[in-house]
Amino acid sequence: MKFGVLVFPGSNCDRDAAMVVRDLLKQPTRMIWHEDSDLSDIDVVIVPGGFSYGDYLRCGAIARFSAAMNATKRHAEQGKLVLGICNGFQVLTEVGLLPGALVRNRDLHFICDRVSLKVERTELPWTQEYHPNDIITLPIAHGEGCYYANAATLAELEANHQVVLRYCSATGEVGEASNPNGSLNNIAGICNRQGNVMGMMPHPERASDSMLGFTDGLKLFQSVLQSAAIAV
Amino acid sequence: MELSSVPQTYHAQVFVTLRPSVLDPAGTAVQSGLHHLGFSSVDGVRIGKYVELTLEATDEADAKHQLDQMCDQLLANPVIENYRIELNAVVPS
Repeated sequence: MKFGVLVFPGSNCDRDAAMVVRDLLKQPTRMIWHEDSDLSDIDVVIVPGGFSYGDYLRCGAIARFSAAMNATKRHAEQGKLVLGICNGFQVLTEVGLLPGALVRNRDLHFICDRVSLKVERTELPWTQEYHPNDIITLPIAHGEGCYYANAATLAELEANHQVVLRYCSATGEVGEASNPNGSLNNIAGICNRQGNVMGMMPHPERASDSMLGFTDGLKLFQSVLQSAAIAV
Repeated sequence: MELSSVPQTYHAQVFVTLRPSVLDPAGTAVQSGLHHLGFSSVDGVRIGKYVELTLEATDEADAKHQLDQMCDQLLANPVIENYRIELNAVVPS
Protein backbone atom coordinates (compact mmCIF):
# COMPACT_ATOMS: atom_id res chain seq x y z
CA MET A 1 0.00 0.00 0.00
CA LYS A 2 1.60 3.25 -1.13
CA PHE A 3 1.22 6.43 0.87
CA GLY A 4 1.65 9.97 -0.41
CA VAL A 5 2.13 12.87 2.00
CA LEU A 6 1.37 16.33 0.62
CA VAL A 7 3.87 19.07 1.33
CA PHE A 8 2.76 22.69 1.11
CA PRO A 9 4.97 25.64 1.93
CA GLY A 10 4.30 25.83 5.68
CA SER A 11 3.43 22.17 6.30
CA ASN A 12 5.20 20.96 9.43
CA CYS A 13 3.74 17.54 10.27
CA ASP A 14 4.49 16.01 6.86
CA ARG A 15 7.67 14.26 8.00
CA ASP A 16 6.03 12.96 11.17
CA ALA A 17 3.28 11.36 9.07
CA ALA A 18 5.79 9.92 6.61
CA MET A 19 7.87 8.56 9.50
CA VAL A 20 4.90 6.56 10.75
CA VAL A 21 3.91 4.96 7.46
CA ARG A 22 7.42 4.56 6.00
CA ASP A 23 9.49 3.71 9.07
CA LEU A 24 7.03 2.19 11.54
CA LEU A 25 4.69 0.45 9.10
CA LYS A 26 7.35 -0.17 6.40
CA GLN A 27 5.11 1.02 3.57
CA PRO A 28 6.32 2.70 0.38
CA THR A 29 5.83 6.41 0.93
CA ARG A 30 6.39 9.44 -1.24
CA MET A 31 6.35 13.13 -0.37
CA ILE A 32 4.15 15.07 -2.80
CA TRP A 33 5.15 18.69 -3.43
CA HIS A 34 2.18 21.02 -3.76
CA GLU A 35 2.93 21.63 -7.45
CA ASP A 36 2.80 17.90 -8.23
CA SER A 37 -0.41 16.85 -9.96
CA ASP A 38 0.22 13.15 -10.64
CA LEU A 39 -0.97 10.92 -7.79
CA SER A 40 -1.66 7.88 -9.96
CA ASP A 41 0.84 5.72 -8.05
CA ILE A 42 -0.63 6.59 -4.63
CA ASP A 43 -3.22 4.57 -2.66
CA VAL A 44 -3.58 6.81 0.40
CA VAL A 45 -3.10 10.59 0.39
CA ILE A 46 -2.29 12.23 3.72
CA VAL A 47 -2.88 15.98 3.95
CA PRO A 48 -0.67 16.86 6.92
CA GLY A 49 -0.76 19.42 9.69
CA GLY A 50 1.00 22.75 9.68
CA PHE A 51 0.26 26.18 8.30
CA SER A 52 -0.11 25.75 4.55
CA TYR A 53 0.79 28.97 2.72
CA GLY A 54 1.01 30.64 6.12
CA ASP A 55 -2.73 30.05 6.63
CA TYR A 56 -3.18 33.49 5.09
CA LEU A 57 -6.78 34.67 4.68
CA ARG A 58 -8.19 31.49 6.33
CA CYS A 59 -6.65 28.18 7.31
CA GLY A 60 -6.42 26.01 4.21
CA ALA A 61 -7.98 28.62 1.90
CA ILE A 62 -5.01 28.94 -0.43
CA ALA A 63 -3.89 25.29 -0.29
CA ARG A 64 -7.25 24.48 -1.82
CA PHE A 65 -6.11 25.75 -5.23
CA SER A 66 -2.82 23.87 -5.43
CA ALA A 67 -2.17 21.32 -8.16
CA ALA A 68 -1.69 18.60 -5.55
CA MET A 69 -5.05 19.38 -3.94
CA ASN A 70 -6.84 19.27 -7.30
CA ALA A 71 -5.27 15.86 -7.83
CA THR A 72 -6.27 14.84 -4.30
CA LYS A 73 -9.86 15.81 -5.06
CA ARG A 74 -9.87 13.57 -8.13
CA HIS A 75 -8.23 10.79 -6.06
CA ALA A 76 -11.05 11.06 -3.49
CA GLU A 77 -13.73 11.16 -6.18
CA GLN A 78 -12.42 7.79 -7.42
CA GLY A 79 -13.22 6.38 -3.97
CA LYS A 80 -9.57 6.23 -2.90
CA LEU A 81 -8.43 7.09 0.62
CA VAL A 82 -7.65 10.62 1.81
CA LEU A 83 -6.76 11.54 5.41
CA GLY A 84 -6.55 15.15 6.56
CA ILE A 85 -4.89 15.84 9.90
CA CYS A 86 -5.26 19.22 11.65
CA ASN A 87 -4.42 21.77 8.91
CA GLY A 88 -5.16 18.93 6.49
CA PHE A 89 -8.70 18.69 7.92
CA GLN A 90 -9.09 22.44 7.44
CA VAL A 91 -7.93 22.10 3.83
CA LEU A 92 -10.40 19.24 3.18
CA THR A 93 -13.31 21.40 4.39
CA GLU A 94 -12.15 24.36 2.29
CA VAL A 95 -11.93 22.16 -0.82
CA GLY A 96 -15.39 20.75 -0.12
CA LEU A 97 -14.39 17.10 0.37
CA LEU A 98 -15.78 17.33 3.92
CA PRO A 99 -18.68 19.50 5.16
CA GLY A 100 -18.44 22.36 7.63
CA ALA A 101 -15.52 24.56 8.63
CA LEU A 102 -12.97 24.97 11.43
CA VAL A 103 -13.01 28.31 13.16
CA ARG A 104 -11.22 30.05 16.01
CA ASN A 105 -11.13 28.07 19.27
CA ARG A 106 -13.86 29.05 21.73
CA ASP A 107 -11.40 30.48 24.28
CA LEU A 108 -9.07 32.01 21.64
CA HIS A 109 -6.04 30.08 22.91
CA PHE A 110 -3.82 27.97 20.74
CA ILE A 111 -4.28 24.61 22.48
CA CYS A 112 -1.41 22.16 22.73
CA ASP A 113 -2.57 19.27 24.88
CA ARG A 114 -3.52 15.63 25.06
CA VAL A 115 -7.22 14.90 24.85
CA SER A 116 -9.50 11.92 25.26
CA LEU A 117 -11.53 10.90 22.25
CA LYS A 118 -14.36 8.48 21.73
CA VAL A 119 -14.13 6.35 18.59
CA GLU A 120 -17.68 6.18 17.26
CA ARG A 121 -17.14 4.34 13.98
CA THR A 122 -15.02 1.20 13.88
CA GLU A 123 -15.88 -0.34 10.52
CA LEU A 124 -14.17 2.37 8.49
CA PRO A 125 -10.83 1.83 6.75
CA TRP A 126 -9.49 4.40 9.24
CA THR A 127 -10.70 2.85 12.46
CA GLN A 128 -11.29 -0.87 12.14
CA GLU A 129 -8.44 -1.75 14.49
CA TYR A 130 -10.25 0.12 17.28
CA HIS A 131 -13.17 -1.29 19.27
CA PRO A 132 -16.59 0.41 19.37
CA ASN A 133 -16.59 3.31 21.85
CA ASP A 134 -12.90 2.95 22.61
CA ILE A 135 -11.57 5.94 24.55
CA ILE A 136 -8.20 6.93 23.13
CA THR A 137 -5.72 9.71 23.89
CA LEU A 138 -4.22 11.85 21.13
CA PRO A 139 -2.45 15.21 21.06
CA ILE A 140 -4.10 18.31 19.68
CA ALA A 141 -2.28 21.48 18.64
CA HIS A 142 -4.41 24.13 16.99
CA GLY A 143 -5.78 27.64 17.20
CA GLU A 144 -8.62 27.11 14.75
CA GLY A 145 -10.08 23.71 15.59
CA CYS A 146 -13.62 24.59 16.56
CA TYR A 147 -15.82 22.56 14.24
CA TYR A 148 -18.75 24.49 12.81
CA ALA A 149 -21.52 23.53 10.40
CA ASN A 150 -25.00 24.93 9.97
CA ALA A 151 -27.85 23.13 11.74
CA ALA A 152 -28.97 21.20 8.65
CA THR A 153 -25.45 19.98 7.85
CA LEU A 154 -24.87 18.99 11.46
CA ALA A 155 -28.12 17.02 11.57
CA GLU A 156 -27.15 15.27 8.34
CA LEU A 157 -23.70 14.39 9.72
CA GLU A 158 -25.24 12.85 12.80
CA ALA A 159 -28.00 11.04 10.88
CA ASN A 160 -25.42 9.48 8.56
CA HIS A 161 -23.05 8.61 11.43
CA GLN A 162 -20.24 10.64 9.87
CA VAL A 163 -18.82 11.68 13.24
CA VAL A 164 -15.86 9.36 13.78
CA LEU A 165 -14.16 10.98 16.78
CA ARG A 166 -15.65 13.06 19.60
CA TYR A 167 -13.89 14.90 22.41
CA CYS A 168 -14.80 13.24 25.71
CA SER A 169 -13.66 12.92 29.32
CA ALA A 170 -11.17 10.23 30.37
CA THR A 171 -14.16 8.08 31.30
CA GLY A 172 -16.00 8.69 28.05
CA GLU A 173 -18.57 11.37 28.92
CA VAL A 174 -19.17 13.67 25.98
CA GLY A 175 -20.05 17.13 27.24
CA GLU A 176 -19.10 20.79 27.43
CA ALA A 177 -16.52 20.07 30.15
CA SER A 178 -14.61 17.77 27.82
CA ASN A 179 -14.84 20.06 24.80
CA PRO A 180 -11.45 21.78 24.42
CA ASN A 181 -12.27 24.22 21.62
CA GLY A 182 -16.03 24.70 21.40
CA SER A 183 -16.58 22.29 18.50
CA LEU A 184 -20.26 21.67 17.81
CA ASN A 185 -21.36 18.29 19.20
CA ASN A 186 -17.77 17.79 20.46
CA ILE A 187 -16.72 16.86 16.93
CA ALA A 188 -13.01 16.06 16.58
CA GLY A 189 -13.08 14.02 13.37
CA ILE A 190 -15.55 13.27 10.59
CA CYS A 191 -15.70 11.30 7.37
CA ASN A 192 -17.59 11.81 4.13
CA ARG A 193 -20.70 9.75 3.29
CA GLN A 194 -18.65 7.04 1.56
CA GLY A 195 -16.08 6.92 4.38
CA ASN A 196 -13.04 7.16 2.11
CA VAL A 197 -12.23 10.73 3.16
CA MET A 198 -11.52 11.47 6.81
CA GLY A 199 -10.53 14.67 8.57
CA MET A 200 -9.47 15.05 12.19
CA MET A 201 -7.98 17.79 14.37
CA PRO A 202 -6.03 15.44 16.70
CA HIS A 203 -2.63 14.17 15.58
CA PRO A 204 -2.42 10.36 15.32
CA GLU A 205 1.07 10.62 13.78
CA ARG A 206 2.35 12.20 17.00
CA ALA A 207 1.08 9.24 19.02
CA SER A 208 2.36 6.28 17.04
CA ASP A 209 5.96 5.76 18.14
CA SER A 210 6.24 4.42 21.71
CA MET A 211 9.34 6.58 22.13
CA LEU A 212 6.94 9.55 22.25
CA GLY A 213 5.08 8.10 25.22
CA PHE A 214 1.78 6.93 23.83
CA THR A 215 0.66 5.05 20.76
CA ASP A 216 -3.12 5.30 20.43
CA GLY A 217 -2.72 6.84 16.97
CA LEU A 218 -0.87 3.90 15.45
CA LYS A 219 -4.04 1.81 15.12
CA LEU A 220 -5.46 4.38 12.74
CA PHE A 221 -2.62 3.78 10.28
CA GLN A 222 -2.72 0.02 10.94
CA SER A 223 -6.45 0.08 10.17
CA VAL A 224 -5.68 1.40 6.69
CA LEU A 225 -3.25 -1.46 6.06
CA GLN A 226 -5.75 -3.95 7.41
CA SER A 227 -8.48 -2.59 5.12
CA ALA A 228 -6.16 -3.02 2.14
CA ALA A 229 -5.39 -6.59 3.20
CA ILE A 230 -9.12 -7.35 3.33
CA ALA A 231 -9.73 -5.71 -0.03
CA VAL A 232 -7.06 -7.94 -1.66
CA MET B 1 -18.52 56.37 -28.62
CA GLU B 2 -17.99 52.77 -27.54
CA LEU B 3 -17.77 53.36 -23.85
CA SER B 4 -18.95 49.88 -22.88
CA SER B 5 -16.09 48.14 -24.69
CA VAL B 6 -13.37 50.23 -23.05
CA PRO B 7 -12.05 48.42 -19.97
CA GLN B 8 -12.61 50.48 -16.88
CA THR B 9 -10.61 50.28 -13.68
CA TYR B 10 -12.60 49.81 -10.51
CA HIS B 11 -11.58 50.04 -6.90
CA ALA B 12 -13.36 47.47 -4.78
CA GLN B 13 -13.72 47.21 -1.03
CA VAL B 14 -14.74 43.79 0.21
CA PHE B 15 -16.09 43.39 3.75
CA VAL B 16 -16.08 39.80 4.97
CA THR B 17 -18.08 39.13 8.13
CA LEU B 18 -18.85 36.03 10.15
CA ARG B 19 -22.35 34.70 9.69
CA PRO B 20 -24.55 35.58 12.68
CA SER B 21 -24.79 31.89 13.64
CA VAL B 22 -21.00 31.56 14.01
CA LEU B 23 -19.61 32.45 17.42
CA ASP B 24 -16.96 35.16 17.39
CA PRO B 25 -14.84 34.73 20.54
CA ALA B 26 -12.41 37.43 19.37
CA GLY B 27 -15.32 39.87 19.07
CA THR B 28 -16.48 38.91 22.55
CA ALA B 29 -12.98 39.51 23.96
CA VAL B 30 -12.77 42.93 22.30
CA GLN B 31 -16.21 43.83 23.60
CA SER B 32 -15.09 42.95 27.09
CA GLY B 33 -12.01 45.16 26.57
CA LEU B 34 -14.21 48.06 25.53
CA HIS B 35 -16.34 47.56 28.63
CA HIS B 36 -13.16 47.69 30.75
CA LEU B 37 -12.30 51.02 29.12
CA GLY B 38 -15.63 52.36 30.27
CA PHE B 39 -17.64 52.03 27.07
CA SER B 40 -20.24 50.11 28.98
CA SER B 41 -23.03 50.46 26.44
CA VAL B 42 -21.09 48.66 23.70
CA ASP B 43 -22.77 45.53 22.42
CA GLY B 44 -22.60 43.13 19.48
CA VAL B 45 -18.90 43.45 18.62
CA ARG B 46 -18.08 41.25 15.63
CA ILE B 47 -14.71 41.18 13.91
CA GLY B 48 -14.46 40.69 10.17
CA LYS B 49 -11.94 41.14 7.39
CA TYR B 50 -11.43 43.96 4.94
CA VAL B 51 -9.89 43.40 1.50
CA GLU B 52 -9.34 46.12 -1.07
CA LEU B 53 -8.25 45.66 -4.65
CA THR B 54 -8.44 47.19 -8.10
CA LEU B 55 -9.62 45.32 -11.17
CA GLU B 56 -10.43 45.90 -14.81
CA ALA B 57 -13.95 45.29 -16.05
CA THR B 58 -16.11 46.27 -18.99
CA ASP B 59 -18.74 47.80 -16.72
CA GLU B 60 -19.99 47.78 -13.17
CA ALA B 61 -22.04 44.61 -13.65
CA ASP B 62 -18.98 42.79 -14.98
CA ALA B 63 -16.88 44.02 -12.04
CA LYS B 64 -19.56 42.89 -9.61
CA HIS B 65 -19.76 39.50 -11.31
CA GLN B 66 -15.99 38.99 -11.09
CA LEU B 67 -15.95 40.03 -7.45
CA ASP B 68 -18.78 37.67 -6.56
CA GLN B 69 -16.75 34.84 -8.04
CA MET B 70 -13.62 35.90 -6.15
CA CYS B 71 -15.57 36.02 -2.89
CA ASP B 72 -17.33 32.71 -3.43
CA GLN B 73 -14.12 30.90 -4.38
CA LEU B 74 -11.53 32.44 -2.12
CA LEU B 75 -12.07 35.70 -0.27
CA ALA B 76 -14.93 34.37 1.86
CA ASN B 77 -15.94 30.90 2.97
CA PRO B 78 -19.71 30.72 2.46
CA VAL B 79 -20.00 28.11 5.21
CA ILE B 80 -19.04 30.63 7.88
CA GLU B 81 -18.90 34.07 6.26
CA ASN B 82 -20.95 36.68 4.41
CA TYR B 83 -19.52 39.46 2.29
CA ARG B 84 -20.46 42.88 1.03
CA ILE B 85 -18.82 44.75 -1.84
CA GLU B 86 -18.44 48.47 -2.43
CA LEU B 87 -17.36 49.41 -5.92
CA ASN B 88 -16.08 52.70 -7.32
CA ALA B 89 -14.90 53.49 -10.83
CA VAL B 90 -11.38 54.89 -10.79
CA VAL B 91 -11.35 58.17 -12.66
CA PRO B 92 -8.19 58.42 -14.79
CA SER B 93 -6.15 61.41 -13.68
